[in-house]
Amino acid sequence: MPPFPGTITVSGVKIELARKGRGRPLLFLHPGDDLAPTAPVIERLARGFEVILPVHPGFGASDLPRNFGTIDDLAYFYLDFMDRLDLRDVVLVGVSFGAWAAAEIAIKSTARLGHIVLADAVGAKFGPPDVREIKDIFTLTAVQLLDWLYRNPGRHAPRYTEMEEDDLLRVARNREAMQLMGWSPTLYDPKLRQRLHRIDVPTRLLWGAHDRIVPPDYGRQFAAEIPQAEFELIADAGHYSHIEQPDAFAAAIEDFAAGAARVRRAV
Amino acid sequence: MRSWYFTEQSYHPAWPKVVGDIRIDPPSALMDPVEASDLLNRYIDEWLLADELGLDLMVNEHHASMSCLSVSCTLTLAILARQTKKARLVALGIPALNRVDPFRIAEEIAYIDVMSKGRLEVGLIKGTDYELMVSNQNSARMNERYWEFHDVVVKALTHTGGPFSWEGEHFQYRFVNVIPRCYQQPMPPMWMPTFSPSSAREIARRDYKVATFISGHGAKSIFDAYRDEYRKFHKREPSLDKFAYTGLVAVGPDSKTGMARGHKVAAFSQATDRTGQHYRNPPGFRPAADNAKLLKSGADVSFVRHMLPSGKMMSSPPTPEEFVQAHMLFAGNPDEVFNQIKAFWEHTGGFGNLIVQMGGTMTAEESFDSISLYAKEVQPRLAELVREREKAAA
Repeated sequence: MPPFPGTITVSGVKIELARKGRGRPLLFLHPGDDLAPTAPVIERLARGFEVILPVHPGFGASDLPRNFGTIDDLAYFYLDFMDRLDLRDVVLVGVSFGAWAAAEIAIKSTARLGHIVLADAVGAKFGPPDVREIKDIFTLTAVQLLDWLYRNPGRHAPRYTEMEEDDLLRVARNREAMQLMGWSPTLYDPKLRQRLHRIDVPTRLLWGAHDRIVPPDYGRQFAAEIPQAEFELIADAGHYSHIEQPDAFAAAIEDFAAGAARVRRAV
Repeated sequence: MRSWYFTEQSYHPAWPKVVGDIRIDPPSALMDPVEASDLLNRYIDEWLLADELGLDLMVNEHHASMSCLSVSCTLTLAILARQTKKARLVALGIPALNRVDPFRIAEEIAYIDVMSKGRLEVGLIKGTDYELMVSNQNSARMNERYWEFHDVVVKALTHTGGPFSWEGEHFQYRFVNVIPRCYQQPMPPMWMPTFSPSSAREIARRDYKVATFISGHGAKSIFDAYRDEYRKFHKREPSLDKFAYTGLVAVGPDSKTGMARGHKVAAFSQATDRTGQHYRNPPGFRPAADNAKLLKSGADVSFVRHMLPSGKMMSSPPTPEEFVQAHMLFAGNPDEVFNQIKAFWEHTGGFGNLIVQMGGTMTAEESFDSISLYAKEVQPRLAELVREREKAAA
């Protein structure tokens, strides 16, 4: 993977950052695997937006301070991040773990957000305690996980044995950071569901039609908790629809973000 | 040399019945509770015999495993504290990473120490990677949590002036006050096991005993690191009592019987190799740089392949004869067992404690006989070996 072009220090945490394209700010929060600025989905989105692509603290080569270790830390970090860059009317896009972070940001404050896109999100618990709704990725080896993430792993999944050790170190750090923030409760915040009603900007949930980490029905329940959220399936994609169907994924965002921002709730 | 008798209290009747791994996943329906009760009682009888014959005793625990019926070191030790007379008792160990309440652990340690009239020694271990799946504890930042757990236990055991509060990163208590307090003051001796020379250095600096488990020739590098660090840090030689090695042991009246028993003891190691690789090495358990190398190699998880001293890989599964070559199993008649241990003892620079692990699929009769032969014909010669070394050093 080419190195990230820049870094930024926010609230004392130095992270990798890429900014690409011109236009309305689109903050892209990556899933458990960090995303290269050269990924087709980023290239495509950069045609119409200024894509702001950070690497979360603890992931890739971004710092992980000792006092940083929860999804809440991540949400507050990105609130500070948007303040620091003075971003306004942001299109906030999150995938999987990144969508969980996006939801945690939005329940705290939507002041800087114009539209939200949550793709194949994890983070909420809807069912009974003895039913696991989100695949327990922590009981899979790194290689086993690939089969769960993609509809077509043979075509899209990375081949670790062929990668450079520097890139594999990023993979190992990504996995460790996911373990830190997602191990238990497994990829959810018990309080998130009851707070999703606070999201008062237009929100679209995009879902890989063949997602096996969180099946589409989970996504429909997620959407039902957010006032007037939309739900849309992406055909022929698994959990990582942004990798498997980058054009359909980007088109769904472009189309959605072109719509009017809804009237905000009165304060 | 002190010899500490150890059986993992296996439920070995399930090994041939379980399809796949014997840890984490096997259904308990494959267990006959009456047979389990008979085995548990027999294992206690083995420890009582070892006590009578002058051996010390070691106890451990595992979870969701057909390899070990003991679900708590301290539960088993509570029985032995009352039922045994002379033996020193070591918990090796209490898996700190898999336990959630260090205050409760300190209470149980102090209770057993008082009940046994000061015969307890405490191994505070990190725990096995795959059992984090059962305890639900996080492998990320586990070292920080381990040392905070340790600090709570040590302060709880040694603090005698009424309650103290603890507001740490991982543990919070309003009042910590251990009653009864330890019989041995300020607290029982502490052991720590390790598989790595770098951890051995940390253990040396803290002046704790270092233990290794069936690590064969790898024990030498661990003991060497400990000795080196101990000399640098404490400006004196560590006593042999600071070192412990765990070996599989099987003794018979003759060579052939001893080796046949060795096959049965080694069955334990072959059975425990049946552990789901997807439960091993969760992220954070090993450094990210090591995991990057594993991904590159295609190995994916931290599967430690058994290696002979020559550097050649063992068969898969390894044979008991290969285990003997690798100093993981000491088996044969009493002379052979003594000579195998002595050769390894000299190779590693010496150790004052040998954990004598029997068990496996041996019958009760075979176990009692193997324990008796070891206690009567091997242990006295090992004790003499250490005495001679200490006399020469003095």
